[in-house]
Amino acid sequence: MSARRPYVRSMDGWWRRDPFFVGYMAREATAVLVVAYAVVLLIGLIRLSQGQAAYEGWLYALRSPLAIGFHIVLLAVFMYHTWSWFRIMPKTMPLILPDGRRLSPALITGAGLTAAAIVCASLVVAAMKVAA
Amino acid sequence: MKRSNAPVFWSLFGAGGMLSALTGPALVFITGIAVPMAFLVSPDLMSYAHVHAFAQHWFGKACLFAFVSLFMWHGVHRIFHSLHDIGLHTGAVAKLCCYGGALAGTLLAGYALLSIGF
Repeated sequence: MSARRPYVRSMDGWWRRDPFFVGYMAREATAVLVVAYAVVLLIGLIRLSQGQAAYEGWLYALRSPLAIGFHIVLLAVFMYHTWSWFRIMPKTMPLILPDGRRLSPALITGAGLTAAAIVCASLVVAAMKVAA
Repeated sequence: MKRSNAPVFWSLFGAGGMLSALTGPALVFITGIAVPMAFLVSPDLMSYAHVHAFAQHWFGKACLFAFVSLFMWHGVHRIFHSLHDIGLHTGAVAKLCCYGGALAGTLLAGYALLSIGF
């Protein structure tokens, strides 16, 4: 074995050193809950395919305080996902160069958030009108 | 030169990210809060008859399939690329678990939707 033991700086908690990295990690962490929500929907879909009793069992499970609390957390995380998704969009989307100049990042983020607000509001309004 | 498969996963990630950014908060609110608490919406909104009819229609099928599968492809891609950031230096096994999970979810969703019929 080599006697040489070079110093290697620990990377533990590297992302807590800078608020920018904290934001980055928070954005990446939303993915876990996006998958969790997809799993909740997938279970509902599978139960739906198994008939009325199975599906109603899933609906009943969603009414437990634990499930509702979980969905309140999910709602906050999804809103953060929407906000962060459009915030980084100026960097992730292909360049648009009208008149040879880049669109302003604020315009791209603002347009995305406006679109999300319109889509979400339309979905909720539609849900309120169905079977009302 | 061997073609990279990265654009496929990146596209699914991007599509799922965009779909969830545009619709996610409303979906979570409707399915997880409003319907279970009968708040703002009719408790009948997600009744078996309604949701079953929605899932039988081609448009409803397409929506449900897109939500479940693209949300999964989006999430697992991000999780896979974040493993390095939390100090897990993984390879093919992690990739298989992440993308394989999304593939399994996609196939299950497709199977459930097909067995509901048209």
